[in-house]
Amino acid sequence: MRVWIFGQRTAKEILRDPLSLGFGLGFPIILLLLMTMIQRNIPVSLFELAQLTPGITTFGLSFLCLFSATLVAKDRSGSLIARLRATPMTGSDFFLGYLLPLLPIAIGQMAISYAVALLLGLAWTPRILAAIAVQLPMAVCFLSLGLLCGCLLTERQATSICGALLTNLSAWLSGAWFDLKLVGGAFERVAFLLPFANATEAGRMVLSGETTGLAKPLLIICLYGLAAFLAAALAARRLEHLP
Amino acid sequence: MEGIEIRGLTKRYKDVTAVDNLNLTVPEGACLALLGVNGAGKTTAIRMLSCLTRPTSGDAYLLGHSIVGDPRGVKSVLAVSPQETAVAPNLTVSENLKLIARICGSSRQEAARQTEETIASFGLEPVRGKRAGKLSGGWQRRLSIAMALIQRPKILFLDEPTLGLDVLARRELWTVIRALRGSVTILLTTHYLEEAVALCDSIAILNHGRLKALGTEEELLARTGAHDFETAFTMLAAEEETA
Repeated sequence: MRVWIFGQRTAKEILRDPLSLGFGLGFPIILLLLMTMIQRNIPVSLFELAQLTPGITTFGLSFLCLFSATLVAKDRSGSLIARLRATPMTGSDFFLGYLLPLLPIAIGQMAISYAVALLLGLAWTPRILAAIAVQLPMAVCFLSLGLLCGCLLTERQATSICGALLTNLSAWLSGAWFDLKLVGGAFERVAFLLPFANATEAGRMVLSGETTGLAKPLLIICLYGLAAFLAAALAARRLEHLP
Repeated sequence: MEGIEIRGLTKRYKDVTAVDNLNLTVPEGACLALLGVNGAGKTTAIRMLSCLTRPTSGDAYLLGHSIVGDPRGVKSVLAVSPQETAVAPNLTVSENLKLIARICGSSRQEAARQTEETIASFGLEPVRGKRAGKLSGGWQRRLSIAMALIQRPKILFLDEPTLGLDVLARRELWTVIRALRGSVTILLTTHYLEEAVALCDSIAILNHGRLKALGTEEELLARTGAHDFETAFTMLAAEEETA
């Protein structure tokens, strides 16, 4: 019950923050619009919506990582956590109370990106729902990384790592706006060892219905998601236990 | 059973001893003021008693619950109003109060009733629908203390509760604290000596983490031979440095 009550507070803190909403929802939409406009004005097929949208959803999730990290780090730096620590809140109440309300927000963010893609000309297929579902482990991964950073770092450090480093990694290594195979070599190999490109690839495969090679990227993002989840759960114990 | 029983409580940070072998007993339902100049160890003592900082040695019992061995038991009887304002900035005044009431185990209906009562007793009606982060410092402070009291705690720690409050708000809070005496064990830190004298049954003076004096206003005046409490406090608080 405390998870639910604290989770409602987490959701309100995020949804009532115009900056979070602006970046979390607005930025992926702007990117979709921009890339689609570019596509309409170039002769080659570079930013087709079926290829672009799963990449944008992967990239968009990195913003939620930033918001979860900032929220937790900000709570830790203020006195609210001190007050809550003196209540029956446990480490798992804190962890799930931060994580669970952000999952529907992540799903909503992906759904809005697909809705905009539909308006821009993406053909409707029920596979869109499956494409969102297949990227859920990536949402867990990003949100857990955010919680991990928020639990261990100061607000400034968390903002730098999740805001600058992770969003950049996600932008360059997700294959959202260029084909990683075109770069090839070590860059491509590294990209596919990390979860970002695999999340985009899994989304694209499901969306196209070509799911023959889905197991590998799905397994990779699930493993990263699980590792980040466990690390964040461990770090969240700091929210309850004494330094 | 004593309300608070402190036995040899000590906190060391590297080569600094913030609290040094503190021994103190507060009868159930009594109010004790913990006084001292800045850095005397008041806040560290409160943090240890609130299970927010682990003691280096010693222990304390809150209604029989050990802060070392039974922190969850301690948290079930305790509420803390930290020195800094501790509110959720994007929640309204009413939502902040409900959040704490619900986390501490009240049902939805109970929490709604407790919220209404607390809003009335703290004069929060004019700002009940406003977000806490948008309130002035004085209103935030008032809300922060109201959040500690909505829990209906058996033991209450008030760390500089009237800091930043205007005269009227301070007097209103005094009325609330006086009403709690007898039913709630209160530990209060303050820099306002008249507040300690007006509200508390006994006064403890800390200096360099050590208990320098403990007694009623009359006892401390008799001990120092001073004619007013400020002089008595100055003599006791400076005693160690001149010794």
